[in-house]
Amino acid sequence: MADTILVVVEQREGKLNRVSWETLTGAQALSAETGWVLEAAVVGSGVGEVASEIAGKKVAKVFDIESPKLEAYTPDGYVAALKGFIEHQQPKLVLMPHTYQVRDFAPKLATAFGRVLISDAIGYKYEGGKPLFTRQMFQGKFAADVSFTGDAPYFATFQSGAYRGDKVEEGGSPAPVETVNVVIADGVIRNKPEAPFKEAKQAVDLTQAEIIVSVGRGIKEQKNIELAQQLATALGGEIAASRPICDSGWLPMDRQVGSSGQTVAPKLYLALGISGAIQHVVGIKGARSIVAINKDSEAPIFEIADIAVVGNLFDIVPPLIEEVKKAKGA
Amino acid sequence: MKILVCMKQVPQKDAPLKLNESGTWIREDVSYEVNEPDAYALEEALRQKEKHGGEVVVITSGPARAQQVLREALAKGADRAIHLEGDSFVGLDAFNTAKAFAASVKDENFDLIFTGLQSDDYGFAQTGVVLAELLGWSHATIIMQIEKTDAGIRVKRELEAGYFQFVDMPLPAVLTIQSGINKLRYATLIGIKQAKNKPMKKVMLDEVKAALGENLQKIEKLYIPQKTKKTEVIEGPPAEVAKKLVDKLRNEIHVL
Repeated sequence: MADTILVVVEQREGKLNRVSWETLTGAQALSAETGWVLEAAVVGSGVGEVASEIAGKKVAKVFDIESPKLEAYTPDGYVAALKGFIEHQQPKLVLMPHTYQVRDFAPKLATAFGRVLISDAIGYKYEGGKPLFTRQMFQGKFAADVSFTGDAPYFATFQSGAYRGDKVEEGGSPAPVETVNVVIADGVIRNKPEAPFKEAKQAVDLTQAEIIVSVGRGIKEQKNIELAQQLATALGGEIAASRPICDSGWLPMDRQVGSSGQTVAPKLYLALGISGAIQHVVGIKGARSIVAINKDSEAPIFEIADIAVVGNLFDIVPPLIEEVKKAKGA
Repeated sequence: MKILVCMKQVPQKDAPLKLNESGTWIREDVSYEVNEPDAYALEEALRQKEKHGGEVVVITSGPARAQQVLREALAKGADRAIHLEGDSFVGLDAFNTAKAFAASVKDENFDLIFTGLQSDDYGFAQTGVVLAELLGWSHATIIMQIEKTDAGIRVKRELEAGYFQFVDMPLPAVLTIQSGINKLRYATLIGIKQAKNKPMKKVMLDEVKAALGENLQKIEKLYIPQKTKKTEVIEGPPAEVAKKLVDKLRNEIHVL
């Protein structure tokens, strides 16, 4: 049997989570390089439409893994369904997007097979007949090329933004879709989830902001946020923050940018005193220009900044506000 | 409630890190601290104990220096500590780490096991979930709230983009805890004194070796990431930097 790559896409409430396109793009590249056959699967109840959407892209086959018990996501349900399927299909490599939902079940799935998942990879290399997955370590200060030792199946997840979802290759004609009805015994699913909800009413939609001034721990105290707000106002932009600032209650949660907060794509993202931790940076990969001001020259934010200022933000922001006001007034 | 908190010692956030000679790990001559999400996990366990009674046990695996994390936990109010002590624990993959933990607490009856949602060095976000599968327990990840119910617990999971979800779960369970779930306490002087008399059990690698297997992953190479982005550096005294920045904002980024 040919070696296959299986991409397990993500659907929420019957709609495809767009990050799945990114995983498919990465998988298509890996398939082209290795010659392994690319297949995809979606898990849920009544998700045939999602399967059809995937089938329009360049994949050999799509599986619609169905059970009424899979309507709501639970780790027990998803692992039970995927374990049986993977045991039967025997893909060599299983790829998924590194979403919060995948993080909740993928390590359980790998462990059920006696395997270890390589999680949150930002890319792959194919060397000497085996794939290596590149991961960020130590909050992005280093990269690691990680290999699987031991037998297939192999499991890996890709970080949000590792690949461009809009670069996914279309298929010539729709791939065949096979519905796989799974039976999940009573008592297997132990968690009872309620419907997801948004906590506070969102006063601001950062995803629509063109200019964002964002603060991190380098802002040091709550009262200093006023300075950043002045810069945001002068620029005509919105204020935002990394997680620790919102955890401390210095700014409301709807100002949080990162994996738990908003994913933003402004024209300008001005990062003040932000180190550039992975959980934050995944939220700004779509920004057109990133300007970073940080007094630590080794801060990971400078890896992805278009413009870097190594310096004390408290020395730089006040004259910057004046210059911006001048430029706008002029 | 009998709660086990799995904690990890990681290099300090702003510690300057250097590659070792073989390019497979970092040089260990840096300052260390507790993994931040784990500190929140400990705090949550202590609060649950304060509310419902019980016991909080902390466990870590790593070299002798990792004991510091356990000492601080005991000083904050944990009752007992278990240290899987050895340099070789550092290189274990998530599966083996979870197996080592499971082996060292197999004779205990915990209701809950907490881990931080991920570590700041590896960022794998797996050990807790792997442990749940090994033990055959239910689990939930990225938890921001825990309430005791008649049937078990009700937890609040954090989802992306500001969404949350409540989940009812039976006990025993493994939960991976998100930063910001609570506010961290400081250890008091009395707590630090009392910590010296609290049980600290050492478990050596040989004692759990039978439960472990070969690592199923290998870091082939650790390196400084190649920059794909072209970064323009602006230098000079603040007034000059401000002028140069505004120039860029106007003429290159087009926001002015």
